Amino acid sequence: MRVLMFGWEFPPHIAGGLGTACEGIVKGLAYNGVETLFVMPNASGDEDQSATTILNASDVAVQNVSSTVEEFINKVKFFYVDSNIVPYVDPDEYFEAIEKMKANGLKQTTIGFGQKFKFSGKYGANLMEEVSRYAQVGGTIAMQHIDEFDVIHAHDWLTYLAGIAAKELTGKPLVVHVHATSYDRGDEKHMDSRVLDIEKRGMLAADRVVTVSDLTRGIVINKYGIDPAKVVTVHNAVDFSGREDISVERGVKDKVVTFLGRITFQKGPEYFIDAAAKVLKRTKNVRFVMAGSGDMMNRAIRQVARMGISDRFHFTGFLRGAEVQKMFALSDVYIMPSVSEPFGISPLEAMRTGVPSIISHQSGAAEVLKYALKVDFWDVDALADDIYALVSYPALTEFASKQGYDEVNELKWNGATAKLKKVYESLL
Amino acid sequence: MKKSICLYFQVHQPTRLRQYRFFDIGKDSHYYDDFANRTILKRVAQNCYLPMNELLLEAISKSKGKFKVAFSISGSALEQFDRYAPEVLDSFRKLAATGSVEFLCETYYHSLASLASPSEFLHQVMKHKKHVEDTLGVTPTAFRNTELIYSDDIARQVYELGFKTMLTEGARHIMGWQSPNYLYLAESQPKLKLLLRNYGLSDDIAFRFSDKGWGEWPLTAEKFVGWLKDAEGDIVNLFMDYETFGEHQKAESGIFDFMRSLPALVLKDGGFDFVTPSQAAKNIKPVGSLSVPDPISWADEERDLSAWLGNELQQDAYNKLYGLTEKLAILADPELWADFGHLQESDHLYYMCTKFFSDGEIHKRFSPYDTPYEAFINYMNVLSDFIIRINNAQ
Repeated sequence: MRVLMFGWEFPPHIAGGLGTACEGIVKGLAYNGVETLFVMPNASGDEDQSATTILNASDVAVQNVSSTVEEFINKVKFFYVDSNIVPYVDPDEYFEAIEKMKANGLKQTTIGFGQKFKFSGKYGANLMEEVSRYAQVGGTIAMQHIDEFDVIHAHDWLTYLAGIAAKELTGKPLVVHVHATSYDRGDEKHMDSRVLDIEKRGMLAADRVVTVSDLTRGIVINKYGIDPAKVVTVHNAVDFSGREDISVERGVKDKVVTFLGRITFQKGPEYFIDAAAKVLKRTKNVRFVMAGSGDMMNRAIRQVARMGISDRFHFTGFLRGAEVQKMFALSDVYIMPSVSEPFGISPLEAMRTGVPSIISHQSGAAEVLKYALKVDFWDVDALADDIYALVSYPALTEFASKQGYDEVNELKWNGATAKLKKVYESLL
Repeated sequence: MKKSICLYFQVHQPTRLRQYRFFDIGKDSHYYDDFANRTILKRVAQNCYLPMNELLLEAISKSKGKFKVAFSISGSALEQFDRYAPEVLDSFRKLAATGSVEFLCETYYHSLASLASPSEFLHQVMKHKKHVEDTLGVTPTAFRNTELIYSDDIARQVYELGFKTMLTEGARHIMGWQSPNYLYLAESQPKLKLLLRNYGLSDDIAFRFSDKGWGEWPLTAEKFVGWLKDAEGDIVNLFMDYETFGEHQKAESGIFDFMRSLPALVLKDGGFDFVTPSQAAKNIKPVGSLSVPDPISWADEERDLSAWLGNELQQDAYNKLYGLTEKLAILADPELWADFGHLQESDHLYYMCTKFFSDGEIHKRFSPYDTPYEAFINYMNVLSDFIIRINNAQ
């Protein structure tokens, strides 16, 4: 079994969780005897290729491989709109990208046949252009390697057009993998209709749609109107190999309850703050930390000040690399109160560090984590109860910590990708 | 009777905090950005304090002591002079020795203690008074509160601390039809005399001097003396930050030339004399009393407390800080008390101000932080560590 896979990023250079998931998937597939050709827009050369072969789209010239490609390119050209509205980027990154573009005086270029296109591979201001260029190059790559794969697999909307192009040109079956949807990124009024359109085109063109949770499967069926018979859930896993446990010296004696992630509507930061205020009414030996940045950060700070708890509720700003591990190691309880979370890998990271986690039922992770405590995101009283219990009753804390640690160590990509292999097999 | 001109300059430098992260809480209790504090102080000393002191000394000597000014130097600034630029202290001592310069008393840490806690207020005023005596060899007899904050309640406290004269803002919403160019009494304590800042003429120098878009630019000493002549009343109080000279208004603007010519021109006119606040209170007859139930200040358009306590961030930080007064009362640890003092500097709250659209620019100009939110987060992290230390000391 051989798969042509379209991704957007791959470790070590990643901006979001998509690259990490893709690495886990290709490694798990290799374990299950599935070979992958992994295409990405801008490879750096330092990616780990022990489990896959990486093809760098920036190195490939667009070729007039068939008459249909011209027709297809005419179709995808429609998506090239010179606009700065990009839903995938968090505000800080977006601002930086725009500033950089201005500074460099970057001009958007067009590529003709026989030319290469230098992708940024980021989630920058010319994302829409890159997505449609990626489809052109993706089609070319599929034709060049037509004898080397049986199935096409595309990760998230950024790569769906490339997947469609490859399918149209080669006639091979297409799997699209839904890691997140527009419905998780914001409410319907603020959605980017261009992204929504690509998502829907990808799902309709696909022979199978793989979702990271049943929650996301429901969205794909109900919101995008996709035939349930072709939508399959393969839960995410996490690869802890090579992870070293770090030890940190604690500065505070109090229990530390942590929220770590983008501070946006989707992540439910205000429910965390409301619950913190309730817990602090009952016990003082606890501190709350909101780690990360995002468009709701300033509002969150005001909320904390208004409630008069700012001596017990701390903000760290955006954390990088080792600081994230350090933050987990300093925590006693981890909270993910997401309003809508396709999966949510962060509680797995926390539990792997031995930190008991409370997560919302509105997350994909809730479907697989038996030993995480679960509440509805809006149920602030229940959240406060659980926090209070975990900081006050050592027996519960030890149980949740130990069982949680064992549980997440069992969530391996080898198992998840065995299911993925079955999905491929059903198409041949 | 001659019309009096009263010049008072405020000297203050905040003790800026270093970047203090959540990860530092409970581990590292050094809170200050020593490098920034030293660099800024040395720069301002070169641009402002040293050349301006020299200029004033010369003007006093040329006028045979008839030119007079007053200073208030916060304890935080005095500490920084001592540490980073002792030559500035020497030049202030020279000014004190002329007998033509009055030094006022204020809260040692340039704080809002007058609003928060009578005992802390008393502590800081006495600490400042003693420190001024020890460093400059003069005993202050007149009082100016942080940022000229004043109310009926504060007036009562200030009189009880032994002061008979106090300076404040001639805020329009308090004065109504009355002019700031007279001596007034505090309605809540009629033995306390009040000098009111003439904000129009003060700000012509402090804010507008180098503004080329201003209709009166360029401002010459001749023109300004003309305005002083036109001003009705017994006294014109020109109160401003000392950093106006060479920092806010750069040397290139001609501010030093202006100040070099002004004293002689004023005296040459024959219609004026220079007075210090305590002399003014003694010589001039009060014309009425002022009632100020809600605190006023010299800051921003509102002339109230909104620059420091206008939003929920500032209020929470303030409440958390002064909530510690009781726990500290039983502790005799000088390090804790010094940190408590420096954390009270009103500047920390000023950096958290979110009045972006009118006076926000001014706030931003003086803030070491990119946003008020960063200022708040950093301050609260420091305060959290400080609270742990207090609790450990109980």
